[in-house]
Amino acid sequence: MKKVRSNVRIADLQIRYVLDIPANWDFGSPAAQSYPGDPPLPTNAISGTFAAPHARGRDLTFKSIFINGLEWFGDLGIFCARVFRAAVAPPYELGELLRQCDIIGAKSLPLVALAGAATGVVLSLQTHDALIRFGAKSLLPAVIVFSIIKESGPVITGLVVAGRVGAGIGAELGSMKVTEQIDAMEASAVDPYKFLAATRVLACILMLPLLTLAADFSGVIMGWLANTLADPISFRLFLDNGFKNVAFSDFIPPTLKTAFFGWIIGIVACFQGMRTTGGTEGVGRSATSSVVLSSLFVILADVVLVRLILMLWG
Amino acid sequence: MDNESNSEPIVIDNLHKKFGDHTVLNGITLHVKRGETVAVLGRSGIGKSVLLKLIIGLEPSDSGSVKIEGQEITSLDLKQLNEVRKRIGFLFQQAALYDSLTVEENVAFPLSRHTNMPVADQLKRVRELLGGVGMEQDLEKMPSEISGGMQKRVGLARALALDPSILLFDEPTAGLDPITAAEIGKLILELKQKREMTAIVVTHDIRGAKTFSDRMVLIHEGNILADGPLAEWQKSKDPFVIQFLKDSS
Repeated sequence: MKKVRSNVRIADLQIRYVLDIPANWDFGSPAAQSYPGDPPLPTNAISGTFAAPHARGRDLTFKSIFINGLEWFGDLGIFCARVFRAAVAPPYELGELLRQCDIIGAKSLPLVALAGAATGVVLSLQTHDALIRFGAKSLLPAVIVFSIIKESGPVITGLVVAGRVGAGIGAELGSMKVTEQIDAMEASAVDPYKFLAATRVLACILMLPLLTLAADFSGVIMGWLANTLADPISFRLFLDNGFKNVAFSDFIPPTLKTAFFGWIIGIVACFQGMRTTGGTEGVGRSATSSVVLSSLFVILADVVLVRLILMLWG
Repeated sequence: MDNESNSEPIVIDNLHKKFGDHTVLNGITLHVKRGETVAVLGRSGIGKSVLLKLIIGLEPSDSGSVKIEGQEITSLDLKQLNEVRKRIGFLFQQAALYDSLTVEENVAFPLSRHTNMPVADQLKRVRELLGGVGMEQDLEKMPSEISGGMQKRVGLARALALDPSILLFDEPTAGLDPITAAEIGKLILELKQKREMTAIVVTHDIRGAKTFSDRMVLIHEGNILADGPLAEWQKSKDPFVIQFLKDSS
């Protein structure tokens, strides 16, 4: 019994050493499971001794999560209003806007084109067999083109950009916040909502439809290529069959809806970045939450927008 | 500008600031005369940096008054506040240089935004400013490629870009070796002598503060506990002032 206690003691000391926890802190009672100076833990809080510092003491009841959620949306609304006001009021930061268009648009192009190409190949491989089974092989070009321009292209572009650009903006602005660069900008009488947020949000809005076109283009080409390897067909015939029944209403609204995805990605990432607290750990949290939240809202917005487009254009 | 604002460009009266339940500033009153350099000292986390942020409007105050050259800044809108900010230079604790810009672009940033100077004149002015802090050789370097002391020098050049009449320094010598800290202190002293600037310097460096400041202010528990030159502090009977001087020596 004595030996077991001694082993527990050694393990405890090792954990304290690794986590840099003073030896005189007692983990025995819930009241002791906080650092000196921390607010007292509520009974329903995460009370695990090794919970992350930011999570320690956080109230996780449904009510508090609901209230925090409402607060978050309220703050986001105020942030949107500030960014909008900053964006429309002169002077305009055209140089910074162009720089952001390059970072968000041109530098995302290879990744978006690759994702579009992969989607085209997968669509071609998956639908080829199914259509042969149902005796509708001739519909393959139309299926690929419709799938890509109406849904796959826009959504894949939205999600890829949410991952690449969302994380980038969240981490960059988060790092600027914790190193007081945003304060320094304000102290220099430059509005960070105009210079940092409005330019990034606008660049996302402008670049997403263009990137979607690139994803659509590479998806259709690779869809044809994958199909041709299994069942040769000329590119011209593939395009003729694919676009025969495509109207502008099939192409324009889904492409333009990605401007809304761009707005979501830009605004969420800037918001999460500019409210970062907690040093480098906070920067990591902002980058992660920017990606998670913007991807989630892109998917939710897609559901609503698809319904809206169907209502308006059939 | 009336006589009072001309003679006292920074006037802080009964300033209060709380974060949640924690009172940081509890009715601070501080008047700074034109051309005067005031060093603000106190324990870490006592609200010295918050005081500077309240002066430049980066944090809103709970109550009280902050007048910059006669203008009450607590009631200004953003546009009016930005006009006041152009007259204030701020050197941040970690210099806060923009990561994505070179040394030259960092210093040119306020000039390109707030003046109609041709680019060639801007570059000339940037070189002058960087030359003034001994950084004219590193124009093309990124902030990550220069040391902490060099970053502070560049930060100081950027703070001076718009030729401000007031300078705020947030721990200009923190984290620097004694030689670099002394060099920064010397720069502050030179600025004081050459430009007759009004300045508030938040610092822990009591020896440096003695050199470059006209007056030293000790903040404790949200209030000013000692105000005057070091010689006056040394006459104080307050146990905290005595302890602070003892621990700083």
